[in-house]
Order: sequence, then C-alpha cells, then structure tokens
Amino acid sequence: MGENLPLVWRKMPERYRLVGSKCLNCGRIYFPRRKICPHCRRKGKIVDIKMPEKGKIYSFSEVHSAPPGFENELPYFVAIVELQNGIKLFSMLADSPRNKIRIGAPVKMVFRKITENDGKGIIAYGYKFKVL
Amino acid sequence: MRDVAIVGAGMTKFGELWDKSLRELVVEAGAKAIEDANVEGRDIEAIFGGCMASGALTGQEHVGALLADHLGLNPIPSTRVESACASGGLALRTAYTAVASGMYDIVAVGGVEKMTEVSTADVTRALGGAGDQEWELFNGATFPSLYALMARRYMFEYGATEEQLAAVAVKNHHNAMSNPYAQYHREITIKDVMNSGYIASPLKLLDCSPITDGSAAVILTSMDKAKEYTSKPIKIRASAQASDSLALSDRKSLTSINAARVAAQSAFKQAGLSPKDIGMAEVHDCFSIAEILAIEDIGFFKRGEGARATAEGRTAIDGEIAVNTSGGLKACGHPVGATGIKQAIEAVWQLRGEASGRQVKDLEYALTHNVGGSGASVVVHIFERGY
Amino acid sequence: MVGIVSYGAYIPRYRIKVSDIARVWGKDGEHVSQGLRVKEKAVAAIDEDSCTIAVETAKQALGRADIDPRNIGAIFVGSESKPFAVNPSASTVAEAIGAVPNVTGADLEFACKAGTAGMQAVYGMVKSKMIKYGMAIGADTAQGKPNDALEFTAASGGAAFIIGDQNVIAELEDTCSFSTDTPDFWRRAHQEFPEHGGRFTAEPAYYKHVIGAAEMLREKMGFDYDDFDHVVFHQPNGKFPLRAAKKLKIPFEKLSAGYISPVVGNTYSGNVPLALSAVLDIAKPGEKILVVSYGSGAGSDAFSFKVTPNIKKVRKAPFVKDFIEDKVYIDYAIYAKFRKKIKSI
Repeated sequence: MGENLPLVWRKMPERYRLVGSKCLNCGRIYFPRRKICPHCRRKGKIVDIKMPEKGKIYSFSEVHSAPPGFENELPYFVAIVELQNGIKLFSMLADSPRNKIRIGAPVKMVFRKITENDGKGIIAYGYKFKVL
Repeated sequence: MRDVAIVGAGMTKFGELWDKSLRELVVEAGAKAIEDANVEGRDIEAIFGGCMASGALTGQEHVGALLADHLGLNPIPSTRVESACASGGLALRTAYTAVASGMYDIVAVGGVEKMTEVSTADVTRALGGAGDQEWELFNGATFPSLYALMARRYMFEYGATEEQLAAVAVKNHHNAMSNPYAQYHREITIKDVMNSGYIASPLKLLDCSPITDGSAAVILTSMDKAKEYTSKPIKIRASAQASDSLALSDRKSLTSINAARVAAQSAFKQAGLSPKDIGMAEVHDCFSIAEILAIEDIGFFKRGEGARATAEGRTAIDGEIAVNTSGGLKACGHPVGATGIKQAIEAVWQLRGEASGRQVKDLEYALTHNVGGSGASVVVHIFERGY
Repeated sequence: MVGIVSYGAYIPRYRIKVSDIARVWGKDGEHVSQGLRVKEKAVAAIDEDSCTIAVETAKQALGRADIDPRNIGAIFVGSESKPFAVNPSASTVAEAIGAVPNVTGADLEFACKAGTAGMQAVYGMVKSKMIKYGMAIGADTAQGKPNDALEFTAASGGAAFIIGDQNVIAELEDTCSFSTDTPDFWRRAHQEFPEHGGRFTAEPAYYKHVIGAAEMLREKMGFDYDDFDHVVFHQPNGKFPLRAAKKLKIPFEKLSAGYISPVVGNTYSGNVPLALSAVLDIAKPGEKILVVSYGSGAGSDAFSFKVTPNIKKVRKAPFVKDFIEDKVYIDYAIYAKFRKKIKSI
C-alpha cells in the first residue's frame, strides 16, 4: 500500500532518534516536535533537541484487541513512558516480559518495525521501549 | 443571548441494527423528534448533525447534505459537526449557539453512527482516530488502550480495584433494564465483568462500551417560542465546552480529564449552580474508568473517591447522584456521533418525568457530559424544566 | 594508523533449541545438535529485521566512542536477509544515528561475508582520506527453509564497526581476500529461502577459501599463526571453524573467545562481526587477532588486527556475552510466527 509513506518519512527524526523541540524563550521541551511553543506562541523560538533514550514506565496496558496491522503481535504492551527529562510519550513495549512491567520500571529506547503495510508497502520503523 | 429549549426528542433503538442503513437511522430519529415537537418540517430553519466517522465506517461522508435530503428538509442549511465521540454534544451546543444568538428560531439537531457495516478491526482503527493518529494510533494504540492507561494510573495513584471499576458496568446494565431504547437488557454481575477477558488490561470486555448503530435527534427553539409547540419544554440552562491535548501523553494528569473539569466549571458558572444541585447526570462512560473520572471531574466526588463511591452504590438511581440512568454508553450503547444527543434526550425524559422504571425522583437539574477522544474535547450541558 | 575505533553488537532475545526444531521434523535432536555443535540459535522478534538489528549495532558503536555521527562518511550494511529487495538499510541506519545527509553507503551482499567486505571498503576509504570515519555493519535474520539442514543454524544478529584513524582500538594491520566463483549456497531472485550444495559446501567451498585467505595473508605479512592471541573463523556451525583451525594447527584456546555459534547459531553476515566483537570485549592491549570470514559464492576476507590501549576506553556494556545470556526460549510455533513461516498470515 504505502499509503502512509509521506507521514512515515516526515516524522523520521522523531521516530528514529527521538528529536523533539525546545523553546529557547521559555526553555520548555516538547516531543514530538512542534512548530510553535504553545506557552510563548509568537515570542517563542523553537529549535531541535534530542530526547534522552532512557526513562521509566508511567502507565501501561496489555492490548488484546488490535487495529489492522498489529494483529500478529497480540498480545502486546503499550505504555506512557516518562523520559529522563520529564517528557512523556506513548510507545509500544518490545521484548518485555509481563513480570518486569510495572509503573516505575526503567526502560530504554529500541529501534523496531512499527508497521509493515501488508508486506508490500514501505516498512515504518520507529521507537519502542524495552524494560531493562 | 436568549434562552433555548428542547421541544421535541426522538431516537432509534440502539443496537446492532442490521436492517438499517445510516440514512434510515437518521430519518427514523429525525422524524420522531419532529413528531414529538409537533413542528412543521417547513418551519425548521437549519440542521446540525453530529457524526464522527461515517467515512471510515460506511464510506459515506457529506452527512450534512444527507440529513437535509433524507429528512426532506432541502434547501435549508445543514451542517455536520465532528468532535470524535463528543460529536453529538457539540452538535447540540452548536445548534444552541445558533438559536441563542437569534440567528434561527427553530433548528433540528441530530447525531448518528452506523458502526456495524465493517469488521471489528476496522472499527478499532476508525475509533482510534479519536486519539492522536500520528503518535498514538500509528504506534499501536487502540482506543481502549488509552483509557486503560488512565485506569492503570488511577488504580496506582488511588488504590482502586478492578472490581470497583466493574461496578460501573454492573450499575449501568441494571439501569438499562428499564430503558426500551437500550442495546442490552441483561443484568450482569461483578464476576461477569471480571471474567469477561481483557481488551486492554486492566479493562475487560464488559468495562467497554459496545459497537452500536443508532441515531438520536432533538428540536431546539427559543424559550419564548417553545410554548407554541409543547407544554413541557426543557430549558438548556448551560452549555460549555473545553479542549485539551490530542495526545494522552501530553496531559498533566492521566487521572483527571482537564477539559471536563473546565467545561463543568464553566457550565456551573453559567447556570449559577454547583454539583450538589444536580439530580441526575448522563456521563461519558465509554469505559468504566471514564465514568469514574467523569464524576470526579464534574465535582460530584473528590479525586480518587469516584471508584469507591460507585462500588458503594452512591451513583445508583436512588443514590446521592443518579449517574447514567439510560444505561450509559456501556449498556444503552454508544453509536459514537449519536451519544451526545441521546444523553440530552435522557435528561429531557427524566425532567419531563417520562423515564418510566428509572425515573429520578424530585429532579430539578440534569447534566450531560460528552467526551471526545481520550479527553481532548468535552461538552457539558445543564438542563431544567422550562415550565 | 587505521583500524577499528568502536564497535557494537546485537543479538535478539529469543532462542530456539536445535532439538526443538529437530523434534518437529522427526529427527534426533541430540544427534543433530552434536553433529553441528550448535545447541540453540538466536531468533529475531516479530518486529525485528536485519535493518533494525543494523541500527541497534550502529547505535551501540556510536554510544561507546564519543564520535559525532555527522563525521561518519560512509555506511555499508552487509546482509543476505534485507527487508527490502530494493531500498537500502544503509540510509535507514544513517537517518537513525543522525549521520545524514553528508554520507555515502550501500547495502552489500556476499552471503555470509558481506559484513567483512564492508569493513574492507570503509578501511580503504578512510585510508585514502576520502572520509573521516566509516561504518561497516553485518546483520542478518537468516532463514533456512523449514526441514532443511540450514534451519538448525540460520540465526539473527549482527555487529557494527566504526573504522577511522584516530583513537584506534584495534589497528587493522593488513587485509586480503581469496575469492572464486564457487556457488555452494544461493538464493535466486524472488525465492524466499536459499538452496545449498549440501556436502559441497565443505571442502571446495568453506575450507578452500578460509584456509586460502589465511595462508594468503600469512604469506603477504610473513606471520606465524602462533603470533595471534585470538583467531576468528566464520562459523556456519560449531564444527567447521574447529576443523579449519585444526588444519592450520591453531589450538582451540585461540578460538574460544569468539566461538559463539554453539549458543547463537550462524548469524550469516553478522557472524564474524559478532565473533570479532566478542573477542574485542575481552582482548588486552597488544594482543593480535586473526579474522577470516567466509561467504558462499565464494570468498574469504582475512584481517590481522592489533589491539591498542584505547580498547579500555570503549569497553562499555552491553557485551556480546550479555546478549547471549539475556535470552528467552520460544517453541517452534512461536518461532514460525516470528519469522513469518506461517504462510497464511
């Protein structure tokens, strides 16, 4: 299909290496990147900043009913991860056994396939997190 | 701004309506509301219709035009309103502002969703669009999993249990028993919920609202015109709306929906009322945790107390505050775009004293709370009798 | 001095025992395992492919040494299990580590030796001062046809090397290659699984080229095999490298540090890179390492490395041994799902 090709491509800095934004006016950090600082708006000055690749689980869930494209990974864990700089993001958890997944568990970013587009389209790669 | 009233209400039965298409649903609900209001079709000046995902779920967009056409109301203006699961509530609010401003005297407001035309996986994907497509759905999120993340955090912060969450579903199934429009007429137990299998842990199948077809519609007029149509107009005492981040991870808290707090506070301020004045509330229980957060965010209970309060029966029809007398999204069903209108209709029937078998006694004020997505948009209305 | 300035390895978490595969096909697991000298093999998860493995190794390598990814001028990814027939993993690696856009590269294929072929390519580019640093990666999620002998060993894993001329941890003293047209293993275009020549893969293929390259380098450099503290030969199984060493009168102790196939399997283009990484994990300054890869088709690349005191600066976990120990066993059914051997999904 490759239907989401431009979307996959456009977000590679975020998805591949956790590039976010920092507002030089107020110092706030955002992930994913934003075009304007919601706090400073016109006064803000947004630059790229790399997020830390380590953090901890803020909340998690084990998914048993998946949207198309994720069925073969069931059951899989998703989490809100709080990075070391306090930024939170949503991510799937990779290679993480059930007994190690809990709120507060340390995690680090890994690079994985996210979706395959039916084996014909572009493979969307990106971040997942793994319990250490 | 002038006062606005609901003068007519009608809805289809909610459920898996295999023999009815999108347009047949809206025609049935619309005709019932027009009939109930005793208005002439030619008197209606505009239509507002809430619908979330007709494109993904049926292939049909352009629902505004469809409404005007199939209700036989061409050529009046007809507008589709979309705010994910709050589409119905926002359609009502949009219509309210149109009448309150004096632009129109009589408008029809509807909500519809036809959800059983596609596979469950496709519904899961379509509803996932209520979250953040680029950063949640893309990364494997399902809509239940977003609420599951809230539930897990709520249980962690407040020590709530899965059994307490299950009490929401048990109560709402009980309430639905006396609602002829409800999808389910089946009592369930805590054990049933606990044994129903995880959809996204800690949420189980019976913590989740179902896939539902349905439509609901109301007719709004200015308060001073209302008496021309009905002896029992229901006044919209307050209409409020608020927004928050699209992505759940950007919220300050996972255990409170800030847009709901802001919208509720705004509604109470407009109405000059407080939570304790409300006798019944239809809240957005797309998942059991959502009702717990709702009753805390509206202010019926303190943060962290909603789960226990529900388990103790304090939100039952004869409790301190009757919550989801219709059966809620859980048991009455959740045809996404129609839900916000159905909530208003339940408030209307309760205030008119027509909620047979589930009637809340001595009711003065009713509140509806309709949430879009995981809480990025919330619409709150307060109703009272206009007679 | 040009050589390895950093390295990074990766082995997926999942393992399947050779005896479990043998059981499915009605073979004596113990017998197969002993014959191949392979106990278990590493299996990539359902969301991994040779490209994700390449990225993990590249990130490990960058993380160990303080190198600005923008100074990486070339990235070569060697693999026989590329996720795309057309569309390079090299550019995905470049994007993932932040080496874009001033970087060249390509995906290389030479059966199991594409990883070392990449090392030679970037070595030449660094030595000629065309680039400051180059990265060579060998990474595979190798596949054997169900019920084929290769299924017992074809494994997933890889390693990356950054080659440069500053802060070298292992000087690349010399390298040479021994190649002939010897098609002992192949996969035709559009075919899912490779074919092989059975016993033909041994004498005229593996041994001829491995020993040919080792001897060629010995003659070129004038060394004695005793000069080396560690020796790495390609390990299509646990047996072949032992026999090659025996033929060259190299004692097993010199192979032991990099002898990973018995517990990892044959990670194809990632095999020698992984084995060399395991040696670098423990090698002392001044020690010498002989490396000989083998790729069907056929060719061997031989290298002589000398470890420098800088090795200590990059000696940061995780080590190859950590990856080997961090494992979860899966059965054949899960393995078949992970590696997409169930054809109806």
